[in-house]
Amino acid sequence: MSAVLDQHGHSHGHDDHHHGPPSGLMRWVMTTNHKDIGTLYLWFSFIMFLTGGVLALGIRMELFQPGLQYWNPEFFNQLTTMHGLIMVFGAIMPAFVGFANWLIPLQIGAPDMAFARMNNWSFWLLVPAAMLLVISFFVPGGATAAGWTLYAPLSTQMGLGMDLGIFAMHIMGASSIMGSINIVTTILNMRAPGMTLMKMPMFCWTWLITAYLLIAVMPVLAGAITMVLTDRHFGTSFFNAAGGGDPVMYQHIFWFFGHPEVYIMILPAFGIISHVVPAFARKQLFGYASMVYATSSIAILSFIVWAHHMFTTGMPASGQLFFMYATMLIAVPTGVKVFNWIATMWKGSMTFETPMLFAVGFIFVFTMGGFTGLICAVTPIDIQIQDTYYVVAHFHYVLVAGSLFALFSGTYYWIPKWTGHMYDEGLGKLHFWASIIFFNITFFPMHFLGLAGMPRRIPDYATQFADFNAIASVGAFGFGLSQLIFLVVVLKAIKGGAKVGDKPWEGAEGLEWTVPSPAPYHTFETAPQVK
Amino acid sequence: MSAPAAHGSTPDYFIPQPSSWPIKGSIALFLMALGAATWINGMFPGPWALAIGLAFLVYMLFGWFGTVAGESEGGRYSGKVDVSFRWSMSWFIFSEVMFFAAFFGALYYARVFSVPWLGDLDQRLLWPDFKAQWPTAGPEIAESFTPMGPFWIPTINTALLLSSGVTLTIAHHALKDNKRGVLNLFMFLTILLGVVFLGFQAYEYAHAYSDLNLKLSTGIYGSTFFMLTGFHGFHVTVGAIMLIVVWVRCMKGHFKPDHHFAFEGAAWYWHFVDVVWLGLYIVVYWM
Repeated sequence: MSAVLDQHGHSHGHDDHHHGPPSGLMRWVMTTNHKDIGTLYLWFSFIMFLTGGVLALGIRMELFQPGLQYWNPEFFNQLTTMHGLIMVFGAIMPAFVGFANWLIPLQIGAPDMAFARMNNWSFWLLVPAAMLLVISFFVPGGATAAGWTLYAPLSTQMGLGMDLGIFAMHIMGASSIMGSINIVTTILNMRAPGMTLMKMPMFCWTWLITAYLLIAVMPVLAGAITMVLTDRHFGTSFFNAAGGGDPVMYQHIFWFFGHPEVYIMILPAFGIISHVVPAFARKQLFGYASMVYATSSIAILSFIVWAHHMFTTGMPASGQLFFMYATMLIAVPTGVKVFNWIATMWKGSMTFETPMLFAVGFIFVFTMGGFTGLICAVTPIDIQIQDTYYVVAHFHYVLVAGSLFALFSGTYYWIPKWTGHMYDEGLGKLHFWASIIFFNITFFPMHFLGLAGMPRRIPDYATQFADFNAIASVGAFGFGLSQLIFLVVVLKAIKGGAKVGDKPWEGAEGLEWTVPSPAPYHTFETAPQVK
Repeated sequence: MSAPAAHGSTPDYFIPQPSSWPIKGSIALFLMALGAATWINGMFPGPWALAIGLAFLVYMLFGWFGTVAGESEGGRYSGKVDVSFRWSMSWFIFSEVMFFAAFFGALYYARVFSVPWLGDLDQRLLWPDFKAQWPTAGPEIAESFTPMGPFWIPTINTALLLSSGVTLTIAHHALKDNKRGVLNLFMFLTILLGVVFLGFQAYEYAHAYSDLNLKLSTGIYGSTFFMLTGFHGFHVTVGAIMLIVVWVRCMKGHFKPDHHFAFEGAAWYWHFVDVVWLGLYIVVYWM
């Protein structure tokens, strides 16, 4: 009852016919507007991206030459662990949720997300979780150093930092589950009349499936780290062979979450690319239905391939064979997607503005990451390259050149809609070329390092690996600095720049381009009719 | 109950005003996490932060759900909003199923893989006397214990939970037929059955610790037994709290025969914990 009065109190200072947002800091803290929350998610993830990036540069600084230069090995392990956790849970995932918040209501013609208050909580849970992770660096013993996978028995040791990390993951998981339930419900129940599922924009489709994956696997992660917590402090023996448990069981449970998780980080990227490529090829997306089926197939297959992360931890040959073939099967729907994008470009009237550059860059470099994934899937090869820099190169090709480049592509594509201004095309192109060149300088040599046998997660290495490591470190600093260009482009577009109309891209399609730019604070208060 | 509609609220949609409940919840969870993490390491602020955070969380839940109940009774939720609630509750229960799946999976893995492997030839050198037979506390935990069988407390508890599902359905039909007296009575009976269940479970735990020497630290058997039944008991507690809130609302005259999703959502949740119990009863107590 007091809460209802609270609303009355609030409405006194709020002009009901005023269409702009309320002002001040409390606008952002209390907002129920999907565009505000989307903006919060995007800025949060960018700050986390820079934070995780600084940690990565700390890693590359140490690895610039053999020997121990800057960090002791314990702190180095904290750097690799926190870099992974922050990038996965703080940067990439929230960035895609930011896109979902901004775009899904606009693309399906809904006034907002289904649960606007819960939407606010999904975001504001990320902040305490991030604070816990940052605090953990400064407690006795430092942050968790078990690697982002938090494998037992590493994670059943260590001090307070590990516990703070576990609770941070719990809170982030709650945030993800609430966010995903909101997204699924919005997509299933709030589409404008006439927009059947098979007329829905690809970005919504990919997010629908991503959200389903999140709801299915985030609770499994919560279960796994809860078992770690009770093993640490309450005497259980889940991951302790002396008590009848098994540390390898942690890996099974973790990767049952972890493998769908990697598709959680790439499917929305596929969605973004499926909007950008048609817009700049000025053609319809080739094979829409097959894209939907491919996305669904990837999601289903993602549940039965987890053990390819653990070929060397001991499993029967039949298990290795099953997981090898199941993993290779994923190349089929992924291939469908890549060929569909290429077919979309075929004989298109193409131009190469920054979003398209990032999209084409994505297709090229992500596919290379996909191929190395196929190589890693082959059990006998994987046994050679497990835990080497080859794996590091592989997943950075799909995560940086995949997820991150798609996020850049999407930002450049929709930023005119968000800010009402065209971004600086020259700086955008510079950002792209700097990113893709430095990216390859950083990560391409890692393939050679891995094949030559350099293990990952070590602060020091044999001198034979020195040259490629020096090159990779130079590339990493170049890549890191290039991202400041992106910050400048975004800030410039927010402050000013050429004004744009409803639809700044000639080939763009979808309901989001039928509303003014910048998109008004409230859109589609009456649902549009979709033919 | 005439809170002003925010922009975007049309007959079909409901968009709430800016709200301070979420940030309060975030502060509460931050304090709880910090408190719990420091407490288990014997550090400051430990239990203090946890207690303050928990109190704040309870206050937040009370206020937030109070707001929702007020909005619902104020007629702010259309049929479309009702469908949204239905989808979201279904997906929430699905996420809970997956949470339990992790622990059921751990039990399965221990029984089918890790325990037999500990008894195979490779390990004979390390633990020559270990018999890979369920139930076990593992090769290194020497204390003997008695496992928990299905008779009689778990069987009585099964009967209690199944009956509570029946009484809850009777209450639901009474609500649909607008028989408020029957509704209130059978809601009370459902909650009573749930509370008795929890009482029996508390007794069972005390019995396990004092008579059977069965503890959380009793190797993999104790770990899986207490974590599975414990998380289930926690969910029964949450479900019972939901039912109590719904019962109080019933007595205050809330809900209409054709508009009572809070009731149905709590009932779905109750049936969910019921089904999880059946799984536990078979897999943990019988097998």
